[in-house]
Amino acid sequence: MRFLFKTDYEDDIRLFPHSGYAVSYGLLIAVLLIAPYVLSSYLMSQLVFVCIYATVGVALLILTGFTGQASLGHAAFLAIGAYTAAYLQKYNVPFPIYFLAAGALTGLIGALVGFPALRLQGIYLVIATISFAFIVEEILARWESVTNGNEGMRIKTLSLFGVAVPRDSPMFYFLCLGVLVLTIVGTLNLLRSPTGRAFVAIRDSETAARSMGVNVALYKVKSFAISAAITGFAGVLFAHKLSFISPEMFTLQLSIEFIIVILIGGTFSLHGAVLGAIFIVMIDPFLTYLKDDMPGIIAGVAATLGAGTETAGNIQSKVAAFASLNGLKGAIYGIIIMLFVLFEPLGLYGRWLKIKLFFQLFPLYKRATFKRQKIYVKSERNR
Amino acid sequence: MLDFVQQLVSGVALGCVYGLIALGFVLVYKATEVVNFAQGDLMMLGGFFAFTFIGMMGLNYWVGFAGAVAAMALFGMLAERVVVRPILGYPQFSIIMATIGLGYFLRSVAGMIWGTDDFKIDTPFSQGVLRIGSLVLAYDKLSVIAATIILCTLLYLFFNKTTLGTAMRASSENMLAAYYMGIPVKRVVSIVWAISAAVATCAGVLLAPITFIHSNVGLVLGLKAFPAAVLGGFGSIPGAVVGGVLIGVIESMAGFYLPEGWKDVAPYIVLLAVLLLKPEGLFGLHVRKKV
Repeated sequence: MRFLFKTDYEDDIRLFPHSGYAVSYGLLIAVLLIAPYVLSSYLMSQLVFVCIYATVGVALLILTGFTGQASLGHAAFLAIGAYTAAYLQKYNVPFPIYFLAAGALTGLIGALVGFPALRLQGIYLVIATISFAFIVEEILARWESVTNGNEGMRIKTLSLFGVAVPRDSPMFYFLCLGVLVLTIVGTLNLLRSPTGRAFVAIRDSETAARSMGVNVALYKVKSFAISAAITGFAGVLFAHKLSFISPEMFTLQLSIEFIIVILIGGTFSLHGAVLGAIFIVMIDPFLTYLKDDMPGIIAGVAATLGAGTETAGNIQSKVAAFASLNGLKGAIYGIIIMLFVLFEPLGLYGRWLKIKLFFQLFPLYKRATFKRQKIYVKSERNR
Repeated sequence: MLDFVQQLVSGVALGCVYGLIALGFVLVYKATEVVNFAQGDLMMLGGFFAFTFIGMMGLNYWVGFAGAVAAMALFGMLAERVVVRPILGYPQFSIIMATIGLGYFLRSVAGMIWGTDDFKIDTPFSQGVLRIGSLVLAYDKLSVIAATIILCTLLYLFFNKTTLGTAMRASSENMLAAYYMGIPVKRVVSIVWAISAAVATCAGVLLAPITFIHSNVGLVLGLKAFPAAVLGGFGSIPGAVVGGVLIGVIESMAGFYLPEGWKDVAPYIVLLAVLLLKPEGLFGLHVRKKV
């Protein structure tokens, strides 16, 4: 086990606490850079979605994970970013400008949402953000002169300084990866700055933060604006990746997916956003794989266990019928959410930390290290 | 004027359904401070149970109704035991996510079992209208209003006059203190979930003649019930019903008098306005901040 001796504050807030971090992240970046030349185009496409979802996940972490303000309306921010890009592109605005404009506009709207959200707590905030998302969705469907209504908008191929960047090219992947890495580094810097400390203080106790002189209202609005702006940036990339956007893509379902990203990844660390994004995006190909191959595998197992050819065939067709049932994906989603909340509340990154600690402390690891505290006195209502 | 009354009655009927769903939210919220995002899906499931009993097995309407309510009460207890009890006491947000997951699961499973078609339950009120002068009121809508009034009265009496109701209110104030006082908090919570699932089932069965039952009906109506619950003040039983009726009337009026599109958004605009101007709702208690 490695012991880090911190002698001053600079040591405490260092991005890479020791050289091991730099090495492992360097390796990760190297792997990600050669990925497009190794992986199939389908997996590359999924990887781009991982980057976009992870960017939104980081944005949501700033708001929900670090400031403690839950939001089920991030699909609306994504939509605003995407539609801004699509609209400005129609007038031949160059990419860098509409990229920034989308972020700025979304950030502004995020701040506007943040002001009313100041008065709201917990469940009320969740409901208010859901309503906000509904209203945005309806506006997108009705404001036909700008958004083209339910017919949706096409997005032309991205052109960066005169070079066309098709949505399935390695360049586009590098762009998304770059945005993600910049977002993560920026967020890490934000979190070790006074602003980030204020966010965490507000999350832990608003009253305590206020009595320490933190301007709670200001920082909450800031958190909303930053989170929305990052989501807006992701929205631009999202629009380009899909090349077609329409209001029914940005429903409550998508907002819930974003929440699932951070819930599954772990809400206390930026690693969680990335891990959760990988999980959510890769679950689709995984389920398809299961659907295609599982019946054969199960039948094979049944055959080796001594079942006759006919029974095995029967089993195969039954499993295949079950796997192609409509809505199986939704059921699996639901089960995954419930299982994570019940059994792995710290998410995938929490599991990784537990495994790491297990080996570091072997054989002295205690389960209770990660135990959460239960509070039965109703504090949330009186907060 | 006639149009107005017509719209008013159908708005009130729709609002009663919202109110009944909101009532389910409020019951669970009062007892455990859990907001059950799967409430609408419990309603949908109740409707499907009733459809199975009445439409597919050919039972008498009232027998099927009672059977569905009983089955859903058991199901509510099961859901509480499996999904909610292990995480009681954890931050509210994780419980919200768990119930969202439950909702997903129920929707998909209902879609798998009953398919994605619309179903209709034949009720004694499906046919026929009440004529008062030139005013025409459909029985199915009146039945919803009547049933809501009866249910609310029963629940009100239950919560205020019986020992079990008092125990529920006590454990909603402070679970730990209630436990020290000898109230079996776990059982109380379980019963609350059963009641809320039963109320949801009533809403589902009553709704069946008005809008058809399909696997997504819970999501749509459940989300409309939030504005109702908030408008009434989360945690107030009469508030939930009044809020529901108001939301139903507003929606119905917006659909009739305002341009297309307002109907779906109006409840949420009202919700945001309420949250901004009077976050504790119409009937909510104003709680002082404690440190």
